[in-house]
Amino acid sequence: MTELASTTALRATMDAYYRSLADAALRGTAPVAWCTSVGPAELLRALGFAVHFPENHAAIMGAARTANRYLPLAHAQGYSQDICSYLTSDIGAYLAGESPLRAYGLERAPTPDVLVFNTNQCRDVRDWFEWYGRELGVPVVGLHSPRAIDEVMESDIDAVTRQLEALVAPLEQIAGTRLDDSRLASATRASRDGADLWGACLETAAARPAPLTFFDGTIHMGPAVVLRGTEDAPAYYRTLLAELRQRVESRVGAVPGETLRLYWDGMPVWGRLRALSTMFAEFDTAVVASTYCNSWAFAGLDPADPWRSVSRALLELFIARSEAPKERYIARMAEFYDVDGVIFHDCRTCSNNSNTRYGMPGRITGRLGIPTLVLDGDVNDLRCFSDEQARTNIEGFVEQLTDARAATAGRGPRR
Amino acid sequence: MTYYAGVDSGSWTTKAVVIDGNCEVLGTAVTRSGADLTAAAERAYETALANSGRARGDVKAVWSTGFGRNTIPFADGSRTELDCHGRGVAHFIPGPLVVVDIGGQDAKVIRLDAAGRRLSHRMNRKCAAGTGSFLDEIALRLGIRVDELNALGRGSTENLELSSFCTVFAGTELLTLIRGGKQPADLAMAAYRSLLKRIVSMDVLEGKIVPTGGVVAYHPIMVELIAEACRGEVVVPPHPQEMGAFGAALAAFAACETHDTVDTPDMAELGQP
Repeated sequence: MTELASTTALRATMDAYYRSLADAALRGTAPVAWCTSVGPAELLRALGFAVHFPENHAAIMGAARTANRYLPLAHAQGYSQDICSYLTSDIGAYLAGESPLRAYGLERAPTPDVLVFNTNQCRDVRDWFEWYGRELGVPVVGLHSPRAIDEVMESDIDAVTRQLEALVAPLEQIAGTRLDDSRLASATRASRDGADLWGACLETAAARPAPLTFFDGTIHMGPAVVLRGTEDAPAYYRTLLAELRQRVESRVGAVPGETLRLYWDGMPVWGRLRALSTMFAEFDTAVVASTYCNSWAFAGLDPADPWRSVSRALLELFIARSEAPKERYIARMAEFYDVDGVIFHDCRTCSNNSNTRYGMPGRITGRLGIPTLVLDGDVNDLRCFSDEQARTNIEGFVEQLTDARAATAGRGPRR
Repeated sequence: MTYYAGVDSGSWTTKAVVIDGNCEVLGTAVTRSGADLTAAAERAYETALANSGRARGDVKAVWSTGFGRNTIPFADGSRTELDCHGRGVAHFIPGPLVVVDIGGQDAKVIRLDAAGRRLSHRMNRKCAAGTGSFLDEIALRLGIRVDELNALGRGSTENLELSSFCTVFAGTELLTLIRGGKQPADLAMAAYRSLLKRIVSMDVLEGKIVPTGGVVAYHPIMVELIAEACRGEVVVPPHPQEMGAFGAALAAFAACETHDTVDTPDMAELGQP
């Protein structure tokens, strides 16, 4: 695996974000809002909030493999081990009085002035924020977005837009400022630029060999998540895109000797990113694209019509859609990236982002004629993941795809 | 004549098979895996060689499979047990077919096309439900050896149900039934039915179904239950327990025949000299 040179710029970008968050929390340079990862970040930015994303916080704990230290603390409060392990690891870390943001001078996640959720992903985010609302005595507001949407209708957009507008008054009061339309337009433009550039970065993986993998994407998507609505995200993605295009031109692959190409659906297994990335590379297999990373490449954000375009973008999100559009999306992506197979991660504690439970893998195989693999695991709870079973599953899948390709080429091993 | 061998380093037992150039089985062996997988592989391989009447020097290539496949220093290459069970079964039985391998700690459903090529597979979750460990737990609760369970179940006269898939909770459910005066034969049969329910929930079982693994070898009652539960024909291949090792031997044969690159495990990476 070849590390991207842009990683240096990524670290600097993320460092600056966390330090500004620490400044807001410790020195009061800005009011602090907590926001769900696909919540109304543009509105919060326009009102001058420093924005903390608990899902990002939980993912850092997952990747650092400290989440399992915190999960039991939330379970001991009555939170089930079957619900979102982002939620339980984040609340557990709060109960332990610890945070991975210690490196930036924050002993714990920055104390919020307001908590803002969007239920387009799941109901767990609301329950998660309401726990903090009760614990900290902080107001909780949010968008009650419809879910399992077949096609996004104007009436859906109307409903979310009205809710978005209704957030303005309470947020203005907490921020101590009036919403300036030009700032909202600027934040929306920055979001659009960041999302478009991030999307362009991901699309470079359609090249052979792919210049980045899903595993790279999970790291480099950081600015797309936490810096939405700022100029810092597009600035970073211009750097990354230039490097990726250079790689494509020079035919430098993220996986040297790329032979097989796969698509990943569902959440990452944060605590095993490195192990899985290394394993796939060992098998000359590039996981070239994913539903997950693409979920932050929002389409259609329009600074001239921020309210409705933001509402539409948040509603069109993959996770908010019904089975039929999800199936069409995965099929389109599998064809665009020209993959040999699809891996579905059945994430134990995230049913909302596990597309295995209503027959999707079988439908994708039937529709595209490519094999699928269901991998059992979890986003943060490593007790739900077996290294050995995952290895056998993945290695077996690679064997299957390799054999099929050899047979097609007429040089299959004698069986 | 040239000979080939396969070693299946499983979680509970290690199996070895020696075949000749016609892919005929000459010798087999099964030994406990224990904590020293390399030693178990050595024992199994030596025993299979002795049973085949051949010496190490007669064997052109040995391939490994099973969860300990990368811990066998004398292996010339390896394939997953998903591949080897499918490969082994396809040698004996024409496809398309569905292989149901019930191992000590995992169960697999492997779908093969008419040419014996794998179409898909499913493995159990991180859980012992539907595996041989389930039967071990039940035998322990009943105070008998696991190899006595099959005969005991045959004497069943009452159709009892265990509601739990979970290996441990099925054990505690048995305690409730024992307390209620239920007969050991009926409890044994209830355990087999519970195992069956977990297996059939893993994937669609229809068409030609081929059970393999140690559970099938020692618990033929499971084969009958699978046949009753599924739409299709159930065919038990020869050497069901050694099927993975046989598949590995076939892989060794195929690699030599096609002059494929032999994928030798890097023992230095495994911390061995």
